[in-house]
Amino acid sequence: MPELLLADFQIKRLEVLNEKGEADPELLPPLSDAEIWRIYELMLLARIFDERAVALQREGRIGTYPPIRGQEAAQVGSAFALTEKDWLFPSFREMGAHLTLGYPISQLLQYWGGDERAQKVPPHLNIFPFCVAVGSQIPQAAGAALAARYRRDPVAVVTYFGDGATSKGDFHEGMNLAGVFNLPLVFICQNNQWAISIPLKGQTASASLAQKAIAYGFEGVQVDGNDVFAVYRATRQAVEKARSGGGPTFIECLTYRMADHTTADDAGRYRSAEEVAYWGERDPILRLERFLEGRGLWSPQKGEEAAAKVATIVDDGVREMESQPPPAAADLFEGVLATLTPRQAGQRKVR
Amino acid sequence: MAEMTYRDAINLALKEEMRRDKTVVVYGEDVALYEGAFKVTRGLLSEFGELRVRDCPISENTIVGVAVGAAMAGIRPVAELMTVNFALLAMDQIVNHMAKVRYMFGGQTKVPMVVRMPGGGGSQLGAQHSQSLESYFMHCPGMLVAYPATPADAKGLLKTSIREDNPVIFLEHELLYNSKGEVPEDPEYLVPFGKASVMREGEQVTLVGYGRMAILALQAAQQLEKDGISCEVIDLRTLVPLDMEMVLASVRKTGRVAVIEECWKSAGLGGDIASRIYEGCFDTLLAPVHRISGLDVPMPYSRKIEKLCIPQLEGIVQGVHDLLNEPY
Repeated sequence: MPELLLADFQIKRLEVLNEKGEADPELLPPLSDAEIWRIYELMLLARIFDERAVALQREGRIGTYPPIRGQEAAQVGSAFALTEKDWLFPSFREMGAHLTLGYPISQLLQYWGGDERAQKVPPHLNIFPFCVAVGSQIPQAAGAALAARYRRDPVAVVTYFGDGATSKGDFHEGMNLAGVFNLPLVFICQNNQWAISIPLKGQTASASLAQKAIAYGFEGVQVDGNDVFAVYRATRQAVEKARSGGGPTFIECLTYRMADHTTADDAGRYRSAEEVAYWGERDPILRLERFLEGRGLWSPQKGEEAAAKVATIVDDGVREMESQPPPAAADLFEGVLATLTPRQAGQRKVR
Repeated sequence: MAEMTYRDAINLALKEEMRRDKTVVVYGEDVALYEGAFKVTRGLLSEFGELRVRDCPISENTIVGVAVGAAMAGIRPVAELMTVNFALLAMDQIVNHMAKVRYMFGGQTKVPMVVRMPGGGGSQLGAQHSQSLESYFMHCPGMLVAYPATPADAKGLLKTSIREDNPVIFLEHELLYNSKGEVPEDPEYLVPFGKASVMREGEQVTLVGYGRMAILALQAAQQLEKDGISCEVIDLRTLVPLDMEMVLASVRKTGRVAVIEECWKSAGLGGDIASRIYEGCFDTLLAPVHRISGLDVPMPYSRKIEKLCIPQLEGIVQGVHDLLNEPY
């Protein structure tokens, strides 16, 4: 008997904007100049917020912080495709997505300063808590997607995670279940190529992460994660598909972690300066500036003005964060249970 | 009142709550068409349909994770893990997420979910399928733990668990599924958390149990009565919160207490209960707290020696005699 071909698949990589700032007119999303400028401002905000957060940590004003530098396009571009009604299950390195959706800067800093009260989301947003445990948010996002479908709520649920999370059982289980149940779920992998000191090839022997979706029975696509238009386009398509009952999508944003894993790490110990410089030339903000310049919308002076405006917003956030009093001992038992056990009530009484 | 089995009482609780509240859904492995490995979900698929009664892939961690996400998103999932032994695969979602997300979210969300799990030893299922892990769940703050002994409590506690805004670990004993008892038919019959029950009043010794151990304690008390020994039997019903008020009141009366736990003795719940008894009524104790526990070994596959590892009726009877004969 001849062997039959059971499966034959292709994995696509989406690129819209090249490093020179030239966009493919066929693939460029239909965004107005004002919207593109807004995306630029949000990417600057993410960059300046991030620089400030690292500085605040160095000064001892917040705790350990995981920088997002280099991933601004992958985060702003994807979150810009969402609405406030969509549900977000982040990991811990997507502050660019939080900022895009309007999460207060002061609260982001307050959280990284070690105050969980800052996870209280403004009522108009559906953003779930930071999940520092790698990949554990993925099954929860699947649960929220299941609930949304059960309630006939036409929203998309989006979960972010890194390349390291794709090695975890939560990723496999969550992807598998999303495929089986055809859930309105978009998996956005921020493949920044490093999980602390482990490079991508130490996580997987797979040629791409996107192709993993094939095994779960749904679409996977790799996008140039430093190309904000490609990220936006792929996410927009995926969330529209999810909202209309088309099921899950896996988006691999191939980007690069320009900074250390966290402020407690020194990436210089395990990766070369040449590699970092290579990716530095592919900076997502630089690329968008070149595009905007080509359209006559950007000049060095306009860029400086935009950065100064954003820096003021971040300054205000820092001030507000630092005006918050720390939690009191009496708050220790807040939120632990809807009703405390007698033992907990007794422990609280003596505080 | 109607006589029914522990299994049917749980099944009835699920049906009544699913009829009452359309946001109650059931997830698990083989819970739909197959109606559960222990047939607890019998008739749910046909009455409530596949949107509310869902078979999941074999992914315990994700079954609990999905329930956490769904609960935060406003529905009330009742997840079934085929046995408590498989909860070990889901401990990350249970301990790190289910029990903590409300707290870590600044109290902003409720996590109204139940994880139902049969467990316990005595069915000759070997070391990995015969465990009593109740103490594991009691150790972690942020979730409630119920372990009913009787059909009536199984119904009432599960209904309360489903209506509860806190996450609940709901433990069922595999050897109790066929046990029968009178169960109130009232669809509003609820058993509160943190309220133990006095299964039998007595004067000389207090026996504290839960789940199948409460049933054995009651049988031991009946046997001891023939020897002229009067035992008070307390079924804890919920392990978190623990009703220590009732336990202490009984110990103050009897002066002697045996705690019967099916789990391993090391770091077992009996030690915690003993310490609370010492803290609460040391001066009224006539003898040290007596612990009757599982042996600290993996459960043997052989039926003959398996019995040696789990508290048995004869062992409890002997324990009470020892307690009364101790020279204090």
